[in-house]
Amino acid sequence: MILPWLILIPFIGGLLCWLAGYMGHALPRYVALVTMGLVTVLSFWLWATGDFQLGAVGAVPAWTHEFQVGWIERFGITFHLAIDGLSLVMIILSGLLGILAVGCSWSEVTDRIGLFHLNLMWIIGGVMGVFLAIDLFLFFFFWEVMLVPMFLLVALWGHHSDEGGSPAKAAIKFFIYTQASGLLMLLSILGLAFAHYYQTGVFTFDYQALLDSPIGGTLGMVLMLGFFIAFAVKLPVVPLHGWLPGTHAQAPTAGSVDLAGILLKTAAYGMLRFALPLFPEQSALFAPVAMALGLIGIYYGAVLAFPQTDIKRLVACSSISHMGFVLIAIYSGSTLALQGAVVLMVAHAFSAAGLFIISGQLYERLHTRDMRQMGGLFGRTGALPGFALVFVMASLGIPGTGNFIGEFLVLFGAFEESPWVVVIASGGLVLAAVYSLVLMLRVYYGAPKSKTALPGLGVRETSMLALLVVALLITGFFPQLVLNLSLQSMTEVTQWFLNPSLLQ
Amino acid sequence: MNYLFLVTLFPLIGAVLLAIFRRMPVNLAATIGVGSIGLSALTTLALALQFFGNDQTAFVQHLWTWISVEAFEVGFDYRLDGLSLTLLGVITGVGFLIHLFASWYMREDLKDQVDYLYTRFFCYMNLFVFSMLVLVLGNNLLLMFLGWEGVGLCSYLLIGYYYRGEANAWAAFKAFIITRVGDVFLAIGMFLIWIQFGTLDIQTVIAQAPEVMAEGTLLTEVTALMLLGGAVGKSAQLPLQTWLADAMAGPTPVSALIHAATMVTAGVYLIARTHVVFELAPFTDELVGVLGLLTLLIAGFSALAQTDIKRVLAYSTMSQIGYMFLALGVHAYGAAIFHLMIHAFFKALLFLASGSVIISCHHEQNIFKMGGLRKKIPLAYACFVVGGAALSALPIVTSGFYSKDEILWLSFANGHTVLWLGGLAGAFLTSIYTFRMIFIVFHGKPASHASEHAHAPQGIAHHLPLLVLIVLSTFVGAFITPPLSNVLPETEVTASHALQISLEVLSSVVAIVGLGIAAALFLGRRRFVKGLVESDEGAKLWQFFNSAFAFDAIYDRLFVKPYLAIARLHRYDWIDKLAGIFPGLVKLGNSAMSASQNGQLRSYAATFVLGALVIVAALLVS
Repeated sequence: MILPWLILIPFIGGLLCWLAGYMGHALPRYVALVTMGLVTVLSFWLWATGDFQLGAVGAVPAWTHEFQVGWIERFGITFHLAIDGLSLVMIILSGLLGILAVGCSWSEVTDRIGLFHLNLMWIIGGVMGVFLAIDLFLFFFFWEVMLVPMFLLVALWGHHSDEGGSPAKAAIKFFIYTQASGLLMLLSILGLAFAHYYQTGVFTFDYQALLDSPIGGTLGMVLMLGFFIAFAVKLPVVPLHGWLPGTHAQAPTAGSVDLAGILLKTAAYGMLRFALPLFPEQSALFAPVAMALGLIGIYYGAVLAFPQTDIKRLVACSSISHMGFVLIAIYSGSTLALQGAVVLMVAHAFSAAGLFIISGQLYERLHTRDMRQMGGLFGRTGALPGFALVFVMASLGIPGTGNFIGEFLVLFGAFEESPWVVVIASGGLVLAAVYSLVLMLRVYYGAPKSKTALPGLGVRETSMLALLVVALLITGFFPQLVLNLSLQSMTEVTQWFLNPSLLQ
Repeated sequence: MNYLFLVTLFPLIGAVLLAIFRRMPVNLAATIGVGSIGLSALTTLALALQFFGNDQTAFVQHLWTWISVEAFEVGFDYRLDGLSLTLLGVITGVGFLIHLFASWYMREDLKDQVDYLYTRFFCYMNLFVFSMLVLVLGNNLLLMFLGWEGVGLCSYLLIGYYYRGEANAWAAFKAFIITRVGDVFLAIGMFLIWIQFGTLDIQTVIAQAPEVMAEGTLLTEVTALMLLGGAVGKSAQLPLQTWLADAMAGPTPVSALIHAATMVTAGVYLIARTHVVFELAPFTDELVGVLGLLTLLIAGFSALAQTDIKRVLAYSTMSQIGYMFLALGVHAYGAAIFHLMIHAFFKALLFLASGSVIISCHHEQNIFKMGGLRKKIPLAYACFVVGGAALSALPIVTSGFYSKDEILWLSFANGHTVLWLGGLAGAFLTSIYTFRMIFIVFHGKPASHASEHAHAPQGIAHHLPLLVLIVLSTFVGAFITPPLSNVLPETEVTASHALQISLEVLSSVVAIVGLGIAAALFLGRRRFVKGLVESDEGAKLWQFFNSAFAFDAIYDRLFVKPYLAIARLHRYDWIDKLAGIFPGLVKLGNSAMSASQNGQLRSYAATFVLGALVIVAALLVS
């Protein structure tokens, strides 16, 4: 019974935030914080009590908890939730970043506070649903649910950019991209259900049932592409990344934190949970293309990030580059690389969240995100540059941070099967250093633009950043904590990918 | 020996404390910063005593399992053997002296630049020592890589310590990016080793290499080449050498510790550690020595035409590491490590003394604005004479003589006559540029206000490190024999002892002749040199040497400019612009349709009639 609560708490908490908004300014923030705290405690409790040891790989994922009630029985749709190591990693991550998203809006958002937190909570609720649902229709439902509050968050609380973009425009672009690709996924889900019906005479959207009877041939390929494109937009995979830099640049800090930290990861999760296991043969055929797209993403994102002048756009473009590694890992057919991808997703969530929070804090102090107007901030903003340094170094993959573990496990894992892909991808590490250090150089080094000291970090700000730094170091020095949790799930994915016959 | 981990723990704790309590008083910061390295050095001493008492058996400490996925097992394991103990001694011993000196230097240096934090400096320095120790103690390649990248990060941070200076920031940037290129090669080398051996454990690789790797095959060569790529990046050897001279933008103790004594020799350590792989790859093996030779000559010529005291020393460092690579290339691993240690002594001495000179001369670094400092700062003069003599390997009394001549002798004895001759030529250059610097700085008349009013530094934190290093730079230092017999193969020499002595005499003569030429050219009025530099060809040549053979300009054209051009093309995301076609089409349709809705009855009627005509016509035709 614990699984539905993971989804219900954020939704109920969101409504409470909205009501609390009528009672006082500070109240919704505390309600939201308590809500996220509850979710996080619950997820840690699941971690502490669950059994995530590596067992035998069968035709069905080894769920630690399941929950199922009927929903629309006519079409074989049930409210079916389940959790395994991979979902749990993502859920813990969502809880932690949810807390940070509330924290970083504390002084930034002053307008319609109740409504803002309603949206924030519902994003998390939707994300929880995505990570737990194993009925394909239910999955699609939550996939769409998380979109709407995100749209509102950007459109209503977004910033105008210095280059003339408006939040509404960015939000609409985000909405159209994800909505259009979501539609493709819906078609694929329906196609899959019908194909399954013609094969077996049972109309169902249940993951396990669909898993057992893979669809072959061209139809399978088309259906697989429907899933892939939907996930590729969210990850994002070049050339479907157009919405990302603008949305990040315009979104409020909390929006960026959620977007980079969790929403992008739903895409990788979707590929690992659905695209690969449902269509193992087609995915294997498609793997070279996907890896090539990953390489293009690594380089295109890095080159795009380098000349940006808006600090948030730079970080956003760097995400494109990092997700290229994740994409390569997913299609590499190596458990080691997949494990690396999981660590990389977790670490990237922390480092990108850190960089976005810092950008927000700089904006609160300087009222600009244009790096040409920054410069020389070392020594002017207290401990902030020190924290920024850690996140920048994490993002370029310095050992000791989880990003290093993630990237290198991906490269080690993929090397045996696709050495050239790995060699080319390694070149991206140099470009990552170039854009990351250019960020340091433009913002923190050089002669200060003004002599006046800016306010240093408060207790709330320091503790948020310190939490992220500790999280990055823990994943860097003790990655086994994450690796042990996701081992079973990742082994299953690789095994099914390499021997589709295991599923029958 | 279970306390091995303490060696790395002290500097780490120091760094963390200094990072968290940024505003602590200067004295406390100095105590923590210097004390942590001191404790580390004491631990090393205890370890050394136990190690020698234990018949030099290697000791491995497993701290925790770092990564374990299926067959991929990497532990956080330290290994203490003769090689890592030697480097441990250099890092903590010389490191402690440099930290002690730095506590004086930074206090003086920050007197008029109050907004740079004293704690920040020592935090980075302690973090550096931690990383460097992990680099040499790491029992597997991945852990070594953690230290490897860590020292690169600290080097970046310390070069850019004076963050207000545009030039410092760019020098730091350059150093990081160029060494990162080398690091990527090293990473690829690790991937190659992983797929061939199925482990990253260095000892297993060494033990199994002769069976796993076939001698001279492409795969073996590429593996060795990738490791070499990492080594040349970190050790500033051709073709990734261009960052080191600019790295002198950092505070002088940093140059002494990172860019002379420890980090830049990491490449030498890496090759010595994995020498088995290189011996199976004849082409790359040969390349190591050749790159070393080329670098030592290029750096030697470059050092002749520098005006900044620290840049002279930087090029001499490059050149001396060139000797170490040369030694590795001729399989004289013991000699390479011995020279690494001796070089750490005398180059740290020279850098610290130059720091003392710079402070005495009120932050003047141009040697042509010094002059006549001999009497004003006798201690620094003594340091330069002893250190310079060791650098030039003057016979019998200096430590450098014993280490460098061993390299030259072994390269000759192992049949690498070309490398030997080149090394000899390099020795000649070395003693010219070293004594050129000494004569210009300390002899003659004061050339500027700053040198006229030079004041002698005071304090034990200033004197003690210099005095200890002076002693270590003389023949006394050469008595320290690194315990390498269990780790590195001995070089077998068949040539006679008499030949060795005659060669030693020859190289001594070369060094002394170089000294004489420097005296003739740079003592007194220097008319000959002035005339030479003022002539057209002379000026061009000077420019060429001064820019270190114009590598920067070449790399700028080859890599920097093209990348900037590509980046400029992507200032606006063109894929996104392409996707903009869709909304553009929609808008076009929208404007066409809304143009037709103009509210005029006439045009509606006309359209209606036109439409009806088209339909009727279509019906008639079909």
